[in-house]
Amino acid sequence: MTIPIRPILSALTRHKAGVFLIALQVALTLAIVANAIFVISQRVIYISRPTGIDEANIVIIDNRWVGALTAMQAQAKTAADLAMLRQLPGVADAYADYSFPGAGPWATLWGIGLDVNQQSPTSYSEAYFTDEHALNTYGVRLVAGRNFRADEVTPGSQLEQSTAGPIIITQDLAKKLFPAESSLGKAVYVGGVARTIIGVISDMQVPAVGTRTFAYRSVLSPIGWADVSGDQYIVRASPGQAEHLRRTLAAALYKVSRLRVIDAVDGVQSFQALRSKAYSRDRGLVILLTAASAILLLATAGGIIGITVYWVDERRRQIGLRRALGAKRSDILAHVLTENFFILLLGTSVGSLLAFAVNVALMHFLEMTRLPTFYIALGSAVLLTLGQCAALTPARRAARMSPMEATRAAIG
Amino acid sequence: MSLNLTETNRDVNHQILVEVTRDSVYKKCRGYRKAGMFIYYFNLGMRSLSRNIVITSLMILLIAVGVAGSITTYALLSVLSANPLPSRSQQLFVPQIDNRGPNRITTGGEPDPELTFHDVVALRANHEPTAQAAIYPIYLSSVPADTTIQPFAAKGYAVTADFFRMFLVPFEYGGVWSKDDDDDGSNAVVIGRDLNQRLFHGENSVGRELPLEGHVYRIAGVMEQWNPLPRFYAAADVQAFDLPPQIFLPFQRAINLKIPTAGSTFCALNYQGKGWDDLVRSECTWISLWVELPDAAGVRRYAAFLLGYAEEQNANGRFNWPGYTRLRDLDQWLKYLKIVPSEARISFIVALGLLLACTVNTVGLLLARFMRRGPDIGIRRALGASRAAIYTQYLVEAAVIGLAGGVLGILLTVCFIGNLNLVFEAKIARTVHSDASIMALAISLAVLVALIAAAYPVWRASRIQPAWQLKAG
Repeated sequence: MTIPIRPILSALTRHKAGVFLIALQVALTLAIVANAIFVISQRVIYISRPTGIDEANIVIIDNRWVGALTAMQAQAKTAADLAMLRQLPGVADAYADYSFPGAGPWATLWGIGLDVNQQSPTSYSEAYFTDEHALNTYGVRLVAGRNFRADEVTPGSQLEQSTAGPIIITQDLAKKLFPAESSLGKAVYVGGVARTIIGVISDMQVPAVGTRTFAYRSVLSPIGWADVSGDQYIVRASPGQAEHLRRTLAAALYKVSRLRVIDAVDGVQSFQALRSKAYSRDRGLVILLTAASAILLLATAGGIIGITVYWVDERRRQIGLRRALGAKRSDILAHVLTENFFILLLGTSVGSLLAFAVNVALMHFLEMTRLPTFYIALGSAVLLTLGQCAALTPARRAARMSPMEATRAAIG
Repeated sequence: MSLNLTETNRDVNHQILVEVTRDSVYKKCRGYRKAGMFIYYFNLGMRSLSRNIVITSLMILLIAVGVAGSITTYALLSVLSANPLPSRSQQLFVPQIDNRGPNRITTGGEPDPELTFHDVVALRANHEPTAQAAIYPIYLSSVPADTTIQPFAAKGYAVTADFFRMFLVPFEYGGVWSKDDDDDGSNAVVIGRDLNQRLFHGENSVGRELPLEGHVYRIAGVMEQWNPLPRFYAAADVQAFDLPPQIFLPFQRAINLKIPTAGSTFCALNYQGKGWDDLVRSECTWISLWVELPDAAGVRRYAAFLLGYAEEQNANGRFNWPGYTRLRDLDQWLKYLKIVPSEARISFIVALGLLLACTVNTVGLLLARFMRRGPDIGIRRALGASRAAIYTQYLVEAAVIGLAGGVLGILLTVCFIGNLNLVFEAKIARTVHSDASIMALAISLAVLVALIAAAYPVWRASRIQPAWQLKAG
């Protein structure tokens, strides 16, 4: 079956307004949907990046001391809490820190150099202040070297912390600092102070959720964290115990000392809840863009159906005439669909250019890179398929028309 | 879904008769014509809603969704980017001093938004400003004397007394602490309405005692509910859309007691200082300073003073770069802080795109709808209806569709605003409420969109030649 292209095109020129409207609609939809799919896919990858820790079993306690404590008092109270937590049934391990991976309240930015006099650091990283329990608490794997020994850990807080001592770094940071050789036993410089790398662990995300370029370059520094105002307790539950612990940990801590504040609502939270909150903006944007894209695609399909139905109706007599002159039903169907296809093609071509323009505009507002052509191709394919499906019902109706229509009046 | 759109033929023919009759009737009673015609067209429009029910619902739904999306995101954006103190914009300024030099990495070439402790002390010694507020966030715990009340922690700020006057803080009871309290750092405290409710059941608690972090404070004032959003006054405080702050201490008191900031402290990379004493001497920035400068001459003098101060630091060897300072007023400050999350802007743009697409769609559907009624238009025109009459009738019909879209749009807007927390953080979502003005805006926008969408289809409808239609018939 050959499809007569020329008559179809010349028929189209008789409906300039309708053609223009559908094409414009398709173009706008493509411009928005292609960019939306791109942003959605980027954010989904971002949201689903792993922290590298035993997320399902970790519970975080935001503990605040009441009253003005001295550093010594804070250390004693923190030690008592940790001792109680570690022997509590259902607790695998626990330690205190100022923050935690991927969704932490704070971050300490470190620039790490290979030379004492280096001007700009070889790599940025974010620090954890941990005792010898941190690796087991997070469930990260020691890839090389060893963990801290208890005698290497010195007490510290927000304002007073040791700047010396060995460090443990992640694989990602090790690869960045020493691409060709083992980093074990090597000295690196943080603020002009030499720190020896004694261990390398599997990748663990840094505290700040927004970190992108050095998201897995964490450093562990041997400090038994005990701030005078309070700490984050990171607790790893035995499998299946996390929810039980989340509900009972505050009471257990109040039993050790009542002079503290653990917020009744969000003082104790599962790591997964905290993480999900940290990405809530990104998830919100994904939901929003998905909904907007779906509405747009449906609207476009509806628009195509509406206008095609009208065209078919309007040309009842012509269609009847063609059928009377020997055109098969499939010819009519092919005519309507081909006509629709040309309009869609026009729309998607204009839309592709528009999509790039929208992308350039969006780069002002979002951390966004240039739109890969793949997303435009994908968006066009979706719109062409959807557009043809939408036109199918009116096209079938046209094909069903009897040749007798040619003889009927055109009113209505 | 029924797409058989010819079923209403009989209806249409009947309606043409009615319309034609009405046309001649209305022509006769001219005085009554305008208003009467309008009501009549409105009724026609209402009746025509049931015509092509699928397409009509689609149009109404599209207008409603486009309008609701735009209004919701607009309401959000306007709340987020609102100037919290428009009347004070021209008088309140934030001085900034570059103490990082060419090595700054995270501030995008700008001086830090906050100041070091010693710079705050030095700048406060200048008496050009009519008021100065030094501010830093604090988070204090309390074990109330009343043992039935659980120990709790409250957020607030350490501020100088001018803070309350500069930012127009309203008081329910009492007021700000005295100048002596301010200078000596006495144990005065101003508390928020919520805290007063919780501790003293909303009674006048001025003069009563409040234990905080092991010290006893005397309540000088209770604020009315006060929470201008975004929380522009403390740059250290990243919780720009937080709940109202509940505790305000004299700045000097907090410094004397070495109460640490509850906000972020921005230090040089690899800062090695230990303890409070190192911090107040360091180049770490953690205090916001606001100055009130009532006139342009004062602003110029203060800007010159600020630059001079930075130059002096360069000359005495603290900086080794030329003085680099900023003096932003409240408006410029809000823009600089970029408080509005980019997600709010992008969702507004997406919603506008959606509205545009829905409008284009409606143009197409209205065109199909009106042109399908070409025959009745032709007959009416042939029987004497003026072009303007056709115009009015179809515009009114479009407005009726817009009105229906607006009503549905209001419902959707209320639903969207109620569920904003699915898309935005709860603390941002709860800043937006649906009120009468939003609903009025939704209805007007919907009708406007419908009328704009109808402009071209109506024009086409009014061009239909009576003779041509009659011939075709």
